[in-house]
Amino acid sequence: MMPPPSPTATNRPLLEVRDLAVRFPITVSDGWLARRQEEVRAVDGVSFSVQRGETLGLVGESGCGKSTTGRAILQLIRPAAGEVVFDGLPLDELWVKRGRSWTWGPKLRDLRRRMQMIFQDPFASLNPRMTVEAILAEPLRNFGIPSGPERRAQIQSLLETVGMDPRAIRRYPHEFSGGQRQRIGIARALALGPDLIVADEPISALDVSIQAQILTLLQKLRADLGLTMLFIAHDLAAVRLISDRIAVMYLGRIVELADATVIVSAAHHPYTKALISAVPAPDPVTEKTRQRIVLEGEVPSPLNPPSGCPFHTRCPLREDRCIREAPLLREIAPGHTVACHLLER
Amino acid sequence: MPVADTVLSVHDLRTFFRTDDGIVRAVDGVSFSVRRGETLGIVGESGSGKSVACLSALGLVPRPPAFHPSGEVRYGGRDLLALSERELEHLRGNRLAMIFQDPLTSLNPYLRVSRQLTEVLEVHRGASRAEARRAAMTMLERVGIPDPARRIDQYPHQFSGGMRQRVMIAMALLCEPEVLFADEPTTALDVTIQAQILELIAELRHSLGTAVVLITHDLGVVAGSTDRVAVMYAGRIVETGPTAAVFAHPQHPYTRGLLASTPRIDTPLGSRLEAIPGLPPDLAHLPAGCPFHPRCSQAVDRCRTEYPAVIALSMVHSAACWAVEAPQ
Amino acid sequence: MNQPVLHPDGSAAEPAANSLVGGTSLWQDAWKRLRKNRVAAGSGVVLLMLAAACLVGPAVIAATWGYDYETQDLASGARPPSWSHPFGTDFYGRDLLTRVLYGGRVSLTVGLLAAVVAATVGTVYGAVSSYAGGMIDSLMMRVVDILYALPYMFLVIILVTILGKSLLLVFLALGAVGWLLTARIVRGQVMSLKEQDFVLAARSLGTSSRDIIFRHLIPNTLGPVIVTFTLTVPSMILQEAFLSFLGLGVQAPRPSLGALINDGANQMLVFWWTLAFPGAVMAVMLFALNFLGDGVRDALDPRMKH
Repeated sequence: MMPPPSPTATNRPLLEVRDLAVRFPITVSDGWLARRQEEVRAVDGVSFSVQRGETLGLVGESGCGKSTTGRAILQLIRPAAGEVVFDGLPLDELWVKRGRSWTWGPKLRDLRRRMQMIFQDPFASLNPRMTVEAILAEPLRNFGIPSGPERRAQIQSLLETVGMDPRAIRRYPHEFSGGQRQRIGIARALALGPDLIVADEPISALDVSIQAQILTLLQKLRADLGLTMLFIAHDLAAVRLISDRIAVMYLGRIVELADATVIVSAAHHPYTKALISAVPAPDPVTEKTRQRIVLEGEVPSPLNPPSGCPFHTRCPLREDRCIREAPLLREIAPGHTVACHLLER
Repeated sequence: MPVADTVLSVHDLRTFFRTDDGIVRAVDGVSFSVRRGETLGIVGESGSGKSVACLSALGLVPRPPAFHPSGEVRYGGRDLLALSERELEHLRGNRLAMIFQDPLTSLNPYLRVSRQLTEVLEVHRGASRAEARRAAMTMLERVGIPDPARRIDQYPHQFSGGMRQRVMIAMALLCEPEVLFADEPTTALDVTIQAQILELIAELRHSLGTAVVLITHDLGVVAGSTDRVAVMYAGRIVETGPTAAVFAHPQHPYTRGLLASTPRIDTPLGSRLEAIPGLPPDLAHLPAGCPFHPRCSQAVDRCRTEYPAVIALSMVHSAACWAVEAPQ
Repeated sequence: MNQPVLHPDGSAAEPAANSLVGGTSLWQDAWKRLRKNRVAAGSGVVLLMLAAACLVGPAVIAATWGYDYETQDLASGARPPSWSHPFGTDFYGRDLLTRVLYGGRVSLTVGLLAAVVAATVGTVYGAVSSYAGGMIDSLMMRVVDILYALPYMFLVIILVTILGKSLLLVFLALGAVGWLLTARIVRGQVMSLKEQDFVLAARSLGTSSRDIIFRHLIPNTLGPVIVTFTLTVPSMILQEAFLSFLGLGVQAPRPSLGALINDGANQMLVFWWTLAFPGAVMAVMLFALNFLGDGVRDALDPRMKH
């Protein structure tokens, strides 16, 4: 899809992420009385860029760090290292230190208008005690739009944009189905007219028939509003449908990044291939005849990541080098990068 | 394939719940059967009644708020719905087993895995603790748990999600049941682990000849792991038949809608998803006639007043829909 | 919910008829459930009647029969219940019914006000402490721990002795110590609430911390707070009674249920009604409050919240 023409007339990406790292300290008990401070490297050096109007899909299984990446990009979690540059603005400079802790500086808070998140759980992401109107009014109120008929009209029009009857404003979240609540969540994210939307598993908690509705809605909104999107999910089929490019993550790192069509048809990384192979297709004929790559073993704990390439413990093609040395992302074709030693032949 | 004889058959099963909103007809006239060595998939979304149907068959639905299920569940020459709790306990875990979606809540977190496994054999087979332990270890190895001698003495929380599910499968198959009910066994698992578990179930089914009733919402899982499929909506089966036939020639608009709205990796670029419009049914306030008609693009007047009769499309494939033409 | 109206694009809109009515909040659901609970509803009615009687009773009696709580009439001292004195008279000939109603007024007022103070202070304290987290939370909770560890009644007695023996200060003292439980409960609630997505969403929408605490977190803790409140009121009443029993609460000749019970206990073998009636009224009050509190807790049962 074509991004709308940029007023700045440069080809600068809307979002640039370089070597992003997020670490969580945890205390591990080491026997009877001893305790250790350990660090979980939830995100371990992630880099990519997203052009204005583009949708980048971030795919991976549980524990790969994709949700954490999304939150770190929006600065909801303070990154431990690396840079996030939004429309030319380096975001890490916009934090201020207050006493011993870091909070958003005024510029970073103001940037909320331009980047928002859609959450996974339609039940937990809306305050059960607030009416739909109050939920949608919150962002508007925070940025100076006073209450009154105009604000209400704006809220009602937001609801229509996401396919809901505007009279829903007087009702409470628990009166709606999962899909409808998700629509409310989407409306809330769009209230301030952001440029960037990070959708964190927006359809995983919904019924199958509703997932398609929401996916279609997101596609339509993206086209109508010229949104740039980071679509985070574990369902490769859904990601492929909505994304222009896809990044596959494993244990906090990107292992492959390419156009969506290339990923599903010509993946190179063994993990990507296994992932694609594991996705069951709703077609008995294909299913009976396909060759499935079934990985052995489980995802290692991020507390104790393997040496070298994080995937080597389950990789059917591993070699000695893979155990010692972590591969870097290398471009093997224009726009297609892979982190794997075996492709350097 | 072993001899194709029916091992379990359900006739006109109905389970209703009393709720603040009124009577909920969670299962409203469901009939299916499963043969030795075959896998029947029951597919539906939340509220379709697929889980309640299987729980009803095993007598596991809590009695208030549910009414006692009506209908018939024939197994081993008897009607399970007429058996006492004691008689059912004798069958559960022994001849009829069930595994659930979330192994963390279906395994006792306070007991070691060894204890939970040996208990099954001690109770149902009268085995001694030592014999049971040996058999349990063999089973753990068979389901792919590495280092079973050490891991058997661990607690459930020390296993990962996929491993716990394997333990559940081990526990369910220890007594070599004739029928295994698997309620969304892989929904909570990563897709690569799901592939492992489905393969495991298939392999065990093949070697033990167990009949499997696989409950899921995932059409891909159905396509790859089942021989026959029953599609449920609002407490009833709307279409049933051999998996290949139902996927190749879906007749019921809901089945078609589900297939059209499932994203696939291999669809050509630019093809669009056809979402089923509307909301999932409110089981306490179902519309008259066919419960799917508000969302159906092919609804006719009759659909709004009369629940559709079952049309047989072939000896083995049928659908409940007025818009389907019976073959001449 | 009725069947939805479909938009041309296939998405679901809200049904027309239902939307003209407002939504039912969780409070309204809870209220409905409470009304259906007969024991609780009955207790509520009893309390309302009792409160009404305590409020207007003494005035009505004064107007009709001319009794008040302090005028002595030694000639009719210590009379058992009769038509002119339904509860009998006390040693000094004062009408016991008037005194009991007046005493009930004191108990209910003190109980409610003290519980309100406790609930307010406790909620804000607990919410702020929990949301702030880290060192601040630790410090604030240590204060709570220390106060909790001190002998409660001694603390109240000391406060009252220092601040003077007036009604106002009694309930301030009670409230000042009674907030601890609420603070702990609210802190626990907020600890789990603040991890929920809707709080993260509020942050990402630019909502300030203060607004998050007061608009998002506290409203969602009100369930347990209200339940604690309804069960704190009887506790406060009992404590006030105890203080009055000790002579530290409301001063004579103003009656309080506790003081009346004290007097009655001393004379119970001879003048049984001087103990029986204040005791019975106190018991009814406490039972009703407890049943109502249980009912409120059941009505707000989080299992019913989705």
